[in-house]
Amino acid sequence: MKKIIAVMLAGVMTLSLAACGSSAADTSGGAAESSASSGDTIRIGVFEPSTGDSASGGKKEILGMQYANSETPTVDLNGKTYNIELVMADNGSSADKAPSAASELVGKDVSLVLGSYGSGVSMAGGPKFEEAGLAAIGVTCTNPNVTAGNDYYFRICFLDNFQADVLANFAMEKFSAKKAYCLGENGNEYDQGLVAFFTQVFEAAGGEVISDSFPTNNSDFTSYLNKAKSEGAEVIFTPVSIAYAKQIMEQAASLDIGIPFLGSDTLDDNMVLEATKGTNLQLYVSTFYQEGGSDTFDKGIKEYINGNSDALTANGGNDTISAVTAMGYDAYYVALEAIKAAGSGDKGAIKTAIPGVKWDGVSGSIAFDSVGDAVRDTAYIKTADTATGEWAFEKVQTGSGN
Amino acid sequence: MKQKNNLIPALTGIILLLVFVILLENISSLIPNLPQVFQPTSPLFTVLKKAAVYSLVAVSMNLLNGFTGLFSLGQAGFMLLGAYTYAILTVPSDMKDQVYYLFGGCAFDFSLVDFFRSIFGAGGFGGAVALVLACLTALILAGCVAGLFAYLIGFPVLRLKSDYLAIATLGFAEILRAIFQWQKLGPITNGANMIKGFPTFSDFNITDSSGNVILRLSTFVPFLLTTICIVLIVCLINSSYGRAFKSIRDDEIASEAMGIGLFKHKTMSFVISSFFAGVGGGMFAMYVANAQAKAFTSTMTYEILLIVVIGGIGSVSGSIIATFLYVACSEWWLRFLDSEMYIGGFKVPLLRNGFRMVVFSVVIMVIVLFFSQGIMGDRELDLKAITGYLTGKKRAKAKEKVPAGKEGDK
Amino acid sequence: MEYVISVLLSGISVGGQYALIAIGYTLVYGILRLINFAHGDVFMVAGLLGIYLTATLPISISLPLVIVLTVALGFTIERAAYKPLREAPRMSVMISAIGVSYLLQNTATYVTGGQPMTYPTIPFLSDTVNVAGTQTKWVVLITPVLVLILVIALTQLINKTKVGMAMRAVSKDFETSRLMGIKIHSVISVTFIIGSALAAVGSVLFFTNYPAVTPTVGSMPGLKAFVAAVFGGIGSIPGAVLGAFLIGICETIIKGLPSSWDVSVFSDAFTFALLIVILAFKPQGLFGEAATDKV
Repeated sequence: MKKIIAVMLAGVMTLSLAACGSSAADTSGGAAESSASSGDTIRIGVFEPSTGDSASGGKKEILGMQYANSETPTVDLNGKTYNIELVMADNGSSADKAPSAASELVGKDVSLVLGSYGSGVSMAGGPKFEEAGLAAIGVTCTNPNVTAGNDYYFRICFLDNFQADVLANFAMEKFSAKKAYCLGENGNEYDQGLVAFFTQVFEAAGGEVISDSFPTNNSDFTSYLNKAKSEGAEVIFTPVSIAYAKQIMEQAASLDIGIPFLGSDTLDDNMVLEATKGTNLQLYVSTFYQEGGSDTFDKGIKEYINGNSDALTANGGNDTISAVTAMGYDAYYVALEAIKAAGSGDKGAIKTAIPGVKWDGVSGSIAFDSVGDAVRDTAYIKTADTATGEWAFEKVQTGSGN
Repeated sequence: MKQKNNLIPALTGIILLLVFVILLENISSLIPNLPQVFQPTSPLFTVLKKAAVYSLVAVSMNLLNGFTGLFSLGQAGFMLLGAYTYAILTVPSDMKDQVYYLFGGCAFDFSLVDFFRSIFGAGGFGGAVALVLACLTALILAGCVAGLFAYLIGFPVLRLKSDYLAIATLGFAEILRAIFQWQKLGPITNGANMIKGFPTFSDFNITDSSGNVILRLSTFVPFLLTTICIVLIVCLINSSYGRAFKSIRDDEIASEAMGIGLFKHKTMSFVISSFFAGVGGGMFAMYVANAQAKAFTSTMTYEILLIVVIGGIGSVSGSIIATFLYVACSEWWLRFLDSEMYIGGFKVPLLRNGFRMVVFSVVIMVIVLFFSQGIMGDRELDLKAITGYLTGKKRAKAKEKVPAGKEGDK
Repeated sequence: MEYVISVLLSGISVGGQYALIAIGYTLVYGILRLINFAHGDVFMVAGLLGIYLTATLPISISLPLVIVLTVALGFTIERAAYKPLREAPRMSVMISAIGVSYLLQNTATYVTGGQPMTYPTIPFLSDTVNVAGTQTKWVVLITPVLVLILVIALTQLINKTKVGMAMRAVSKDFETSRLMGIKIHSVISVTFIIGSALAAVGSVLFFTNYPAVTPTVGSMPGLKAFVAAVFGGIGSIPGAVLGAFLIGICETIIKGLPSSWDVSVFSDAFTFALLIVILAFKPQGLFGEAATDKV
């Protein structure tokens, strides 16, 4: 008897869930239909992680898009005003959740997709967008393989090899470093890709590189840092994700390591910055945007963040602007330009229009090359001001030109 | 005896299911203006594909945990082996330089796809034959590699008792992951980067010369593969080996006294289960269109274990039903919990990112605690029993049947 | 030389933190034969509690409160998720443990929003000290001492008190001890209370040293603590502690090996390989008693 009840309960539960699911789908479907008939809404898909390892970065990127959306919520096409609606899908920072998040967006009839933070999920979701004939604009996915081999994926950020090149050159120019220590997470394509490119450039210029990988979920970095010190490294390059970067900074401070750190765009985060405050660490990061690059944007986004408690939590509790937020903001406007150029919300037309889009964003001017990557030849280098706990602008660095 | 009676309806059921999948997948091109759910890009098909893959892995885990009583948590490790074997064997040569860009190409300069294309030709019907053969061979080899590893680690591990076995197999999966992520092995495994560019389920869609899809098979293919594998597993369970497995589960000492070689049968069950986990891993790679060690964590094993428990430990049909429910809930139906919702002017509290997973884990805890038998217990889906329930005529008979089948349980 | 000392120091501090978690594992396993997968996550929750409580309360109040709340959590988990399954097969209880771990991690993700949280600095423990030319935090030096004191106290508790005797009896034979009038449910609860309290203490030490708390931060230390418990012989407290220090030190040595060997990625893998080897050759661990099968 108990079994029968169990089966029935399970059945009822599924049915009710199915009902919920379908009713939710119905309402959104209904909305889509009504809007399609009146034709005044264009949907932009936001393919970002809000759970999992990259949640922190993903949320900050979404923040930029939301702010841009609140600033310019409409677009005029052929004398008609369309509302822009952002449709979120959480890809869970994981490649096995990404395809279903991608098809969720495809199913909601979006006109194009923005995202993601993190290359792995972009590569896992990419084929879904390609199949659906839906264009995606990568915001801060820096792995070369995101756009290569996928006609429908574009991106507005620079690539890993460029970033590594910039940092390697910076290390040699600023510190005249001859020996570098690289530390990345084992099995993370972002970390390992940057370390590999950094090593290529640094060694080609006659330097020496020692590199280590730590296992996922590692907490103790003191052995690695002490090793770097005892090997006599002159710079430490740590292109790791935010949580690890935070640990590394905290532990380096208590070890009094005395070696400058170089970080990639992920380290440009107020969590990492906070860890350096009041210490004698030297941290330099390469990034897409430097606070102060555009006063109106800075002012606007700070107001937006401080005026909205959810946004403040998503930004880590203060109003320091992350570069990914600026990138999210630019991505939104690039999407608008593409929609304008296409003259409609039709995804095919938008895909054709994107390669021709040019936009002067807060993070610099954006245009696409034949692969779909952004044409960028500069990166900002900024340093953590440990006394005030703010980022200070260091310089604009270009690559060695390869 | 009972088996023969059920054979014909079971076969009919399977064939009907497969035909239904093909129809469902192509329905949008037959009847225009259907709701979004039936369009080929709808989440429905993503969920169906993933569930088809996961149900194979869940059934293979059930073979080990439910039918042989070996509590192994190494499923993700064997899937990893399968996924990488499949991926490495099928990436076409001209893609290798791009995929292995950090390592200047792949050290393993062979591709089954190219091999079969050189025999059957690359285009048209020959190309299709080459694709099917390449994928099938690669999937079988994927299973074999996983099975071989299972055989090797079976020696030290299978002598262990229940929870020690669990933690040892879990550890084994973690070791494998570290090895596959090692940059030194990059020329073969591509290190931390993902391997991609190999044939996926979408490549099975039949297109005309201009690239338009005529017949969609991308959901049908995983269903077909999974069905074949699960039928094989069911045959095994119903054979004398299967009975030996069950007797080991119920009482090791008694079954040894009856002349069943404990270690031999445990190894057999472990290897076969891992073989199918390997095949499932290969199919998983086809589903996500890439192979990367990062995905095969212990969380994945736990997910599959929970599916098996929800379906009922010791029930193949339970595992399959549970997989479809689990995947659909976690990836589709519950997604609305993640975004803010307004009913009228009222903002529903608590709804924000991550809430879906909280609700989901609460549901799982409820099932584990209050319905520890799962959906199906250790029974199988029985068409007669269902019709009996529905008509109400045979209720008395069905009631008799339940305790008869449950004797050994309590 | 300085480098060797620094590696050993890290090893000892890592080992000490594993030890505090491992004691909880070994106690629970000794009595219930249950791998409490949720133990590592209880440890993580203790870390989060520490962050949220110190944000509003002074440390002198918040830290004891963290321990009390963690104990309450451990007690609740035992009563809600394990007690109803006392008569069920062992596998069901373990699955329930995995379910609890899943629930705690997802709830933590929901509450923190997936952001890594910063653990507050605790006066004295977070201060730096110079040992033979290597800079380190006080907590690194205090951990082993504290572990030693706790181990002595616990062994006294188990060997000399009535509760301890009851615990030993229950771990030997459930049914008989019940017949002898031992309230096994309360004994099991006491075990969980001790385990959770130690996890809370461990979390304070661990996160003072490694201050970022993420929802998955507990899973790896949890698994390693279990390996330590197996290594020392399950059920034996000194064994678990020794195992934990050994694993902690081995792990940091592997991380500290020259980079040109490129083996530091295998520091976790090594722990598991060690586990498989021990289980294959000496399943009862260093100090464990050989288990006999009852037919």
